[in-house]
Amino acid sequence: MRLLKLVPDDTNINFLKWRMPFYVVSLLLIAASWALVFTQGLNYGVDFAGGQEIRATFVGQEEADIPAIRRTVGGLQDVGDPVVQRFGSPNEVSIRVKLPPEAEGNPGFADRMTRTITDALQAQYPSIRIDGVDSVSGKVSGEFREKAAYALLAAMLAIAMYIWVRFEWQFGVGALFALFHDVSLTLGMFALFQMEFSLQIIAAILAIIGYSLNDTIVVYDRIRENLKKFRKMPLPELLDLSVNETLARTVMTSLTLLVALIPLLLFGPASLFGLVAAITLGIFVGTYSSVYMAAPILIWLGVTSRSFVPQEGAADRQERIARGEG
Amino acid sequence: MLEFPRWKKIWLSGLTLLAILAALPSLLSVVNVRWPSALPDPMVNLGLDLAGGSHILLEADPDEVAALRLENAEETVRSLMRDAEPRIRIGDLSTANGRLSFMLENGSDVDRARELLLPFVNGTGMTREWDLSVLDRSRVVLTPTEDGLGTAVAQAMDSATEVVRRRIDELGTREPTIIQQGDNRIVVQVPGLENPDQLKDLLGQTAALEFKLVDQTALPSDVAQGIAPPGSQIVPYAAGTPFEGQSIAVRRLGGIQGDSLVNAQQTFDQQNNEAVVSIEFDQQGASRFARLTTENVGKPFAIILDGEVLSAPNINEPIRGGAAQISGSFTAESANALAISLRSGALPVDLAVVEERTVGPDLGADSIRKGLLAMMIGSVAVIVLMIVSYGRFGVYATVALVLNVLMLLGIMAIMGTTLTLPGIAGFVLTIGAAVDANVLINERIREERKRGRRVVAAVENGYKEASRAIYDANVTNFIAGVLLFLFGSGPIRGFAVVLIIGLFTSVFTAVTLTRMWVAGWLRKARPTDLNI
Repeated sequence: MRLLKLVPDDTNINFLKWRMPFYVVSLLLIAASWALVFTQGLNYGVDFAGGQEIRATFVGQEEADIPAIRRTVGGLQDVGDPVVQRFGSPNEVSIRVKLPPEAEGNPGFADRMTRTITDALQAQYPSIRIDGVDSVSGKVSGEFREKAAYALLAAMLAIAMYIWVRFEWQFGVGALFALFHDVSLTLGMFALFQMEFSLQIIAAILAIIGYSLNDTIVVYDRIRENLKKFRKMPLPELLDLSVNETLARTVMTSLTLLVALIPLLLFGPASLFGLVAAITLGIFVGTYSSVYMAAPILIWLGVTSRSFVPQEGAADRQERIARGEG
Repeated sequence: MLEFPRWKKIWLSGLTLLAILAALPSLLSVVNVRWPSALPDPMVNLGLDLAGGSHILLEADPDEVAALRLENAEETVRSLMRDAEPRIRIGDLSTANGRLSFMLENGSDVDRARELLLPFVNGTGMTREWDLSVLDRSRVVLTPTEDGLGTAVAQAMDSATEVVRRRIDELGTREPTIIQQGDNRIVVQVPGLENPDQLKDLLGQTAALEFKLVDQTALPSDVAQGIAPPGSQIVPYAAGTPFEGQSIAVRRLGGIQGDSLVNAQQTFDQQNNEAVVSIEFDQQGASRFARLTTENVGKPFAIILDGEVLSAPNINEPIRGGAAQISGSFTAESANALAISLRSGALPVDLAVVEERTVGPDLGADSIRKGLLAMMIGSVAVIVLMIVSYGRFGVYATVALVLNVLMLLGIMAIMGTTLTLPGIAGFVLTIGAAVDANVLINERIREERKRGRRVVAAVENGYKEASRAIYDANVTNFIAGVLLFLFGSGPIRGFAVVLIIGLFTSVFTAVTLTRMWVAGWLRKARPTDLNI
């Protein structure tokens, strides 16, 4: 049986030749992402904005009358403008209401709002079934925002530190930069398309941080190996060699992740869509950054074949000699 | 690298088998097969977002605890000074700015007052509860210490948690979880609840019941403007009562608190068939109630619940048996809720619902069905991709993948962790990522073969050289997973748990087990070439 080879043997793509334009584009994209986050803002879901998200099914009906629901909820006192959307089947809806300014400093406000909305819905539509309620007060949502920011920062720093310890400081900086790139672009996408930004998305970004680094580590590991092996090779050439050697693996791994996730995106529960979509997006961004962000930055940070020599431990040296390598 | 002594093979296979066995009860429950009850049955718990249920976060306001404490301190100080022998006369008592201060009418009482207050100020615990200072030799000021306040809040939260537990037990729901969180919060998780509003009503009601005499000297015009005669206070009528929107004046002191109840039941009034709550006082409460009603026959007294008047009936005759009826325009439902709240005791502090997550049982079941379907399709896609890319080595990776999922489920069952909706996404992510190790190893073996190494050496080197990157990648994933666990709550935590356990099981199955199988095959078949 002839096996499938997605990436032909002995590729010799000159990735690093284009490093300058790619870097410029990436830096622009990072800047644009943050500009979007600060000007457009993220479309916070109830987790981060406070308020409620109510999911309901109109049992026995073909389709939910979304404009009518919008009028019913929008007409209530002390309730802001609702966002009513289809959620799953045509007779399933999600109703999102943000907290009005009056809720400030009033922890029980969100809960009373929930009560007002569900009571009104049940009175108006006898066939409605309330499937789920998420109600978050302003104080709790503020805590979520703070915790989320700390978690992202801590994850990036902790991982960069680990890479620094395992490799060299240049690699740690490179990994940190690649992660910053991934997180920035993901946030930028969410700001651009105004997709709902919730706790699940933070979970997705943390997962991306972990998985996008897999690619980076594989490339770095190969760079380290080649640095020890080819002492005289110029760095850009060596980086290109390393990226090419690991290219089959990089492509294959991203592909297995994608084929596992895409069915979940298409057929999975509607409440997981945001999480899975963010991870899927992150896989693309992460794969790109491992090749075009994490590797070339090593040139500017001045990694040389000597970077690993003084640090070579006794065990490593014995191993090298045992292998019969220079 | 490829040496596997017999004991190691047995040990690895045994470990795998054990974890898979542990997954069986959970797997069978999906297809509705009952596990024999005689056998141990570790089960993966379903989170509220899959099983249906309510997660409710309650919060108390520490300032309210402080205010109540100050109020109690006022009563204590008054009675200490009044009961002193000879009596110490005080005046200008104020509780402004969170401090209690009063004037001694006779400055020479200052030392006696200080001595009398000492046990109260020092409290019974390790730390002082109030700071006592004397200004101008006649004004005594009590300032709450931080420790004292902290202890008061902690005590209030302890007893509030206990009251919440009793109230939820009254609802008869299965396996509720009630945990104190932080300084002033309580998490309540109740699976499979039909009506979360009923639960929230029950938890939102402080249920502080008071009986106070109506101050008949108050002028109606003053009361309407909210001006109370000295020694009295204005209390509004509760919503839903016939006098809603009006208020009455009641005497501040000399009433009876509802904390001396031994029982409360919802019943119907025999005369007008109205829903009422029948209450029963304990012995001390009964005698105080008897004295109050005996001394005030013919006068009205107010029944006050959480600062609102339910009704203000006339005392027709002394009530001596310690049993009474509360009417307040109840429905049978609201009377029952009040009865439960009174039986389980008043909350020492108001609790507000600051977060609620409720998922109906239908939505949860639907999520499981869709999640499982997507997981199946995803797995098949990964398996096909692996087999067409790596042939025999892809088959090893596939078997490892299936074992990985089973072991992951089994270990979750043994550890009693909870599977949540994001946890299902965690499973899918683990399936997609677990084969990464195999991809790394297999690509490396390909490379080593291309460089002309012989079969055994290529396989050996493939595993060895790939291990470094696999190890580092898993450590960074582990770091991200731990932070995810620390950051997340409920559903997100379920995601983190699956990812973290999945890292361990996938390294075990994708690296250790496949190496054992490959080694076995190499020894038996002695291939001279590899189709990889």
